[in-house]
Amino acid sequence: MSRFSKTLIAALLAGTAFSAAAFDRFPGIGREATEAEVEAWDIDVRPDFVGLPKGSGSVDDGMDIWEAQCASCHGIFGESNEVFTPIVGGTRVSDIETGRVAALVDDSFPQRSTMMKVPTLSTLFDYVRRAMPWTAPKSLSDDEVYALLAYLLNLAEVVPADFVLSDENIREVQERMPNRNGMTTDHGMWPGAPASKGGLGNGGVPDVKNVACMKDCKKAVEIASALPDYAQDAHGNLAEQNRPVGPVRGVQVGEPAEAGAPAEQSSAAETLALANGKGCMACHGVANKIVGPGYNEISAKYADRSDAESYLAGKIKAGGQGVWGAIPMPPQGHVSDDEARRLAAWILAGAKSQ
Amino acid sequence: MAIDTTRPGRVRPAPENFLSDQDIEVINKGGRRDFIRKAFLTASAAMAVPAMARAQSAGDPAILELPAWSTSLGLPVAANPYGMPSQYERGLVRRESPGLTRVGGSSVAFTPLQGLFGIITPSGLHFERHHQGWHDIDPNRHRLMINGLVKTQAVYTMDDIMRLPSVSRIHFIECGANTGMEWGNVAVPTVQYSHGMISCSEFTGVPLKLILDMCGADYKKGRYVLAEGADGSSMTRTIPMELIESGEVLVAYGMNGEMLRPENGYPLRLVVPGVQGVSWVKWLRRIEVGDQPWAAKDEAVHYIDLMPDGLHRQYTSIQECKSVITSPSGGQILLDKGFHNISGLAWSGRGKVTRVDVSVDGGINWREARLETPVLSKAVTRFNVDWVWDGKPAILQSRAIDETGYVQPSYGQLRAVRGTKSIYHNNAIQSWKVAESGEVSNVQVL
Repeated sequence: MSRFSKTLIAALLAGTAFSAAAFDRFPGIGREATEAEVEAWDIDVRPDFVGLPKGSGSVDDGMDIWEAQCASCHGIFGESNEVFTPIVGGTRVSDIETGRVAALVDDSFPQRSTMMKVPTLSTLFDYVRRAMPWTAPKSLSDDEVYALLAYLLNLAEVVPADFVLSDENIREVQERMPNRNGMTTDHGMWPGAPASKGGLGNGGVPDVKNVACMKDCKKAVEIASALPDYAQDAHGNLAEQNRPVGPVRGVQVGEPAEAGAPAEQSSAAETLALANGKGCMACHGVANKIVGPGYNEISAKYADRSDAESYLAGKIKAGGQGVWGAIPMPPQGHVSDDEARRLAAWILAGAKSQ
Repeated sequence: MAIDTTRPGRVRPAPENFLSDQDIEVINKGGRRDFIRKAFLTASAAMAVPAMARAQSAGDPAILELPAWSTSLGLPVAANPYGMPSQYERGLVRRESPGLTRVGGSSVAFTPLQGLFGIITPSGLHFERHHQGWHDIDPNRHRLMINGLVKTQAVYTMDDIMRLPSVSRIHFIECGANTGMEWGNVAVPTVQYSHGMISCSEFTGVPLKLILDMCGADYKKGRYVLAEGADGSSMTRTIPMELIESGEVLVAYGMNGEMLRPENGYPLRLVVPGVQGVSWVKWLRRIEVGDQPWAAKDEAVHYIDLMPDGLHRQYTSIQECKSVITSPSGGQILLDKGFHNISGLAWSGRGKVTRVDVSVDGGINWREARLETPVLSKAVTRFNVDWVWDGKPAILQSRAIDETGYVQPSYGQLRAVRGTKSIYHNNAIQSWKVAESGEVSNVQVL
């Protein structure tokens, strides 16, 4: 609140100073930004480290922060593929020498991790600072961001375990990024000036050329791929994803859904929407563990407990650790008491979608 | 109330006693899909009866028995203060592709292209792609800041921006990963999932150039612009100054006559015609003018295209010329032999679509389709072509050409250069196989 009033005062003061010639065309529109305002929002860091704040952080400190705030989604070693794609993995010490990640040409390699792709350390600093952790972005201090990067770089064997990353040595670490030479801008898909004129890319020349043949263009047609049998029903009943009138219908996949009792339907659907809206589904599946237990596991565990609803509502609000494993569930302050009770009742009733 | 999808009129014209006891058993046991296949085999004679001759002697009950809507009082005005589609249109909604992502806040909901007409995407069906969830932002607390290589670093309220001279333009927005699941093989059944990360709307806003002029941007040194959102991820992308100088890039608040929807960036988003959706930064809070690109997360970790040699293409932005037939398309079933209007969408990030060719034989022979007006630069163009289906298997394809002369490539041509692992910028010719049953499925022809 106090910050808001300060901004307002600053606006009134700054507004009067706004008289550059270009502004005369639209008098009364916009105002000059204060230094504090620009500082508050201008948080980007470029590949040349323009914008990098002063600070430092150790691998050890990074590990503590990681385990408390990051591991629940990304795994203890940044390796997890459960919620997001892996951060660490797939790079080798030899990549650090070449600046090219060899696994990127290995067709048998299952997944591309962040460390396999990212060429610029600035990108990691910039993104962790502006967007992490997932449910509380911009809550990390600059030193904490340095520490987290140090931890990740150590996991990727870019820096040793006793390393302290800082604004003073970050350029040297950049020279060890495993995929630092792995990017090209030699393509036709940059819409600005080409590299030959100080920009990027080849000036828009396409890499693939087809010709518009009209007649007898080939002898035979070979179907190279079709939807595999196991995927036939993966997207639900297609009949229900098309209009019930017109030149076509959707193909019936599986049995048509039976209509349930309308009142029940809406209440369960609303609570599912609530669970989605509050971010519950990010960590809990209806029938599967993601980060935390699946709702099916929870309802099974507490089926016989008479105070299960109030117990779970309390757990939702307060969070906890140890019941289902080492990964903690943070407190959910953004869920009201009433919402927590509704969610608890819905979970115990089977977390139905309708 | 379930949508009645089980009675496609002319597929099974159902004269009296059309269903034998045996047929009814098939439906009960094996499901309707089996039945439809069987019905085509066993009831082809009934199929051949012209529709005109099918009416029972007295006539069509839909005419003879007056329905409730003709014999009772309807609802008053403003019963729905904000109008909604008919209950019968409930199937046409945005949907996620199961298994694609695991977190709804960083996911995609696809536009149901299979049921849309013309070129404008209804705002409620505009595809969604968020990087850290969406918020419904209070417009009176939203600010746009301009900083970097400008004479005057400035702040604008929404009031300020909406007072400025505005323009309205129709453009497509396509996610760079649209059709990304199909790079290696067929992975999804319908056009909603294969191509539904494209939408087309009329956007209203202010050319960014006008605002940068006001701030005295240094156009000589400042050849790049950073756009930043106000969401949790405060997502950033680098935009070339050339696009801004052309007057094309808008700071937009309007979409299809009303304010942007929250999922699409309310109250302010960047519009970057021809360029992939990730650059159309939503909830736009800041524009910085600089002399180098930023290598933002979505320019250095994601939205980079892996080539067969292990290099990633960085700053790939233009959406190249592409088209797709939306009706008939995968997961649909044709009602009957006879006349059909093949209809689809074509677009190019390099300008106008000048021609679309359609093949019904998998690309051996092609016919030029009709382009429906309006045909606009960096907007989708609707195309149509007449087709009389003879009931035999067919493979439908469309191939678009843009004003630069670029011809949409085949899967074989695209993969020969880019391999199968790039995720982004798949603009290959789409094929839909029509089986004798009338069922349409997704296939790939090289």
